[in-house]
Amino acid sequence: MSKLSLVTKGIIKENPIFVLLLGMCPTLGTTTSAINGLGMGLATTFVLIMSNVAISSISSLIPNKVRIPSYIVVIAAFVTVLQLLMQAYTPGLYETLGLFIPLIVVNCIVLGRAEAFASKNSVADSALDGIGIGIGFTLGLTILGAVREILGSASIFGIKLIDGDGMLVFVLAPGAFLALGYLLVLFNKFKTRIS
Amino acid sequence: MAKESSLKNMLVTLSVVTLVASSLLGVVYSLTKGPIDEAMTAKTNNAIASVAPAFDNDPSAEQFMVELSGKAYRVYPAKMGSDVSGYAVETYSSGFGGRMSLMVGFNADGTINGTAVLSHAETPGLGDKIDASKSDFSVQFKGKNPEDFQLLVKKDGGDVDAITASTITSRAFCEAVVAAWEVFKKCDSENNKMEVSNE
Repeated sequence: MSKLSLVTKGIIKENPIFVLLLGMCPTLGTTTSAINGLGMGLATTFVLIMSNVAISSISSLIPNKVRIPSYIVVIAAFVTVLQLLMQAYTPGLYETLGLFIPLIVVNCIVLGRAEAFASKNSVADSALDGIGIGIGFTLGLTILGAVREILGSASIFGIKLIDGDGMLVFVLAPGAFLALGYLLVLFNKFKTRIS
Repeated sequence: MAKESSLKNMLVTLSVVTLVASSLLGVVYSLTKGPIDEAMTAKTNNAIASVAPAFDNDPSAEQFMVELSGKAYRVYPAKMGSDVSGYAVETYSSGFGGRMSLMVGFNADGTINGTAVLSHAETPGLGDKIDASKSDFSVQFKGKNPEDFQLLVKKDGGDVDAITASTITSRAFCEAVVAAWEVFKKCDSENNKMEVSNE
């Protein structure tokens, strides 16, 4: 597999949100606005790259039976590092995403990539895989956040499009499922057309 | 490939992994401790400056706690010279999504000088309109004296215009302001007792 396709497969062919449908808890929970989706996506990308690199470099030293606990400890450490850094340097973003940052630990995407890819591939390939999946996840979250923000609050990235409130249901939890459902339809249509 | 899963190997691996992870966390914690504290203090100071009347002291250095019906509230006195020009009261209540924490500033005569939201977990797009940047809900309290301004939403017979579709949030906001008002009255009467000779 070429190096470039390692990155691009995470964006379309194996998009974590629209194809793998992994990491739905932060996906549905944080995407009330485009900026929140972007922030959560970037946070997860950071953890994905760091944990992929760390795990692929130590995987040959870890006995098979304790590999999952070891991976979880590695992931949890990076998430806590990220949490402390955000709290210190981006308090505004930390406030909106605060609750969901610790949940990155149990995001199936991170452990999934560690188990399915990083533990079997080289450090460089794992880093590229982390970048690709991270970009795909960030794109997915930002698109979903943007759609919900446009429909629900009539604004995009905090900029008002029209006066008025929009359809509130899209900001609330049911709207997350509705928006995701319709986006899945569109994404699959788009995917079959290009392949 | 992977090492054999013997008891010794597993013990050693897990110990090393957790040890390395915890030392990494220790390092990052000590590096970020300063900036985190600074960010928190800056936030509190900003809130005090935006709600309290003009002051030339350092309210967060002179903060004290006030007990009111079993709950403790943090009070920041705003002073001009040696005269108390007002108080900023950090108050809280239970909103729709969890704890809602506000800073309410009072002038010396008891009128509300301003309110600021410190943290909340209200629904985005609905209850988060308590934030002054999202709607004018919190502005209506400015300049009102709870003595003659009923701090209840109109639905409950008060004078407060609730946020549409967020009555629970609006009620919680009022509740927090009422608590702050009670705290203010307590501070004010104690302050007057002390300064009675000046008058």
